[in-house]
Amino acid sequence: MNLYDFSSLTQSIHQGLSAMMAPAWVTVTEMVLVGVVFLLFYALVGLALVYIERKVCAFIQNRLGPNRVGPYGLVQTVADLIKLLFKELLMVHKADKFLFNLAPFIVIIASFLAIGALPFAKGLQALDLNVGLFYIISVTSLTVLGILLAGWSSNSKYSLLGAMRSGAQVISYELSVGMSLLTIIIFSGSMQLSVIVDSQADGWWLFKGHVPAFIAFVIFLVASTAETNRGPFDMAEAESELTAGFHTEYSGIKFAFFFLAEYMNMFLAAALAATVFLGGWQPLHFGGLEAFNRVMDFIPPLVWFFGKTFALIYIIMLFKWTFPRLRIDQLLTLEWKYLLPINLVNILVVSWVVLKGWHF
Amino acid sequence: MINHPNKELGGWQLFRKYFSELWFGIRTLLKGLRITSGYFFSPKEIITEQYPENRATLKMFDRFKGEVIMSHTAENRHRCTGCGICEMNCPNGSIQVITRKETTPEGKSVRGLDKHIYHLGMCTFCGLCVKSCPSDALAFGQKFEHAVFNRHHLTKVLNQPGSLLQKEIKAS
Repeated sequence: MNLYDFSSLTQSIHQGLSAMMAPAWVTVTEMVLVGVVFLLFYALVGLALVYIERKVCAFIQNRLGPNRVGPYGLVQTVADLIKLLFKELLMVHKADKFLFNLAPFIVIIASFLAIGALPFAKGLQALDLNVGLFYIISVTSLTVLGILLAGWSSNSKYSLLGAMRSGAQVISYELSVGMSLLTIIIFSGSMQLSVIVDSQADGWWLFKGHVPAFIAFVIFLVASTAETNRGPFDMAEAESELTAGFHTEYSGIKFAFFFLAEYMNMFLAAALAATVFLGGWQPLHFGGLEAFNRVMDFIPPLVWFFGKTFALIYIIMLFKWTFPRLRIDQLLTLEWKYLLPINLVNILVVSWVVLKGWHF
Repeated sequence: MINHPNKELGGWQLFRKYFSELWFGIRTLLKGLRITSGYFFSPKEIITEQYPENRATLKMFDRFKGEVIMSHTAENRHRCTGCGICEMNCPNGSIQVITRKETTPEGKSVRGLDKHIYHLGMCTFCGLCVKSCPSDALAFGQKFEHAVFNRHHLTKVLNQPGSLLQKEIKAS
């Protein structure tokens, strides 16, 4: 079971540092180390996701996608990032300078805070709060603050309209995201992400929780797609109506921050769905098939985690390139007339199932 | 008060309508997902042209408007009478027809084509010259790689040097 336990690694790093310096400095060094690792991870995943999205979109539309810079166009996003780094940062006339500059940082910090709480493997989790799920929900909803600030401070009608739409959308869909995660909290009896992952050692909640867990999973996918302002729910930037929505007036690296944060939020949504519904880094186990379970144990947990996450990211990308954009009233109808009532009934059913002990 | 379409429906009917609509929505969305994932998993069917690589085999379609050309026969004869209708029809003045006086064997003085000058750099490929030509002298060619280092190369004389009018076409 514990073939790949990272806690011994982190423990040895901690002891090595403690031998060298005072406890306060150890804490500071560890924080800096974790921060640097997450920054690198953030940049890498962001670049990879932009490339993957362009390739997925191209294959869906029977094109080849980026294929000029490097083999299979792999270096294309790096080239794009370098271009964005060198671009001029334009300032709109009469824009609120302070808020205008602050907004991209709020958006990127919101997603940055959330990845700290994700369990990547056993013992590989920067922040194992006992209210981890609650922490992630609350931190990711800070994104809407940044979007509203960006829209308001840009002094542009497109930005403001995009931001207002985004506000209405995120506040509505936040409910469904929270409620669908609540079903798993009821199943596992904890909000701590490591406990939720451990509770799926004998089977993922998607399988153990029968139909209600599946309904919650589908609702979570739809609602988190909406919450990250992606796919058919990209009302906030609706490029055919609002040019680019809330980030119309941003250029250069500040635009890149919004862009990266959007992809990072998508990664977060997929990783959270993988952790909560698909067992996180737990390998696929079936009761009774001992040999099969042993083979699955040999696959490293990081492979399981990223495999599940990228499979879900592929589904979210498929949503974006398949479905047409929803109108704002259709968007709110979907949330308030369909997802929310179904979700509430679902929670009732889940509570009944847990009370009766019908789940595995 | 808006007259709601569901006003006459009873509770049970509303309930059934809600779920049948929901099911219909999910079914149609799944249908769309099946189509796009089908495309995704068949990456061999690329419909875009891989242009610089397939340059040797690339054949443009018949109606492609690459450039205006004047076709000549093997005896270096064209069909242009120099009437100037293409020049008049050209909306942005990319055609200049320069004529000269010619004398027929019967001793009659007629107008003949000296130079049909075509400014490719100004042409919008609207096709009015080709359409309006009364003697079908002009046509569209398939060539599309027109980049040159000097824009003077974009001014072309369409009739070949020393070319004459085809015999069956009557000059005026």
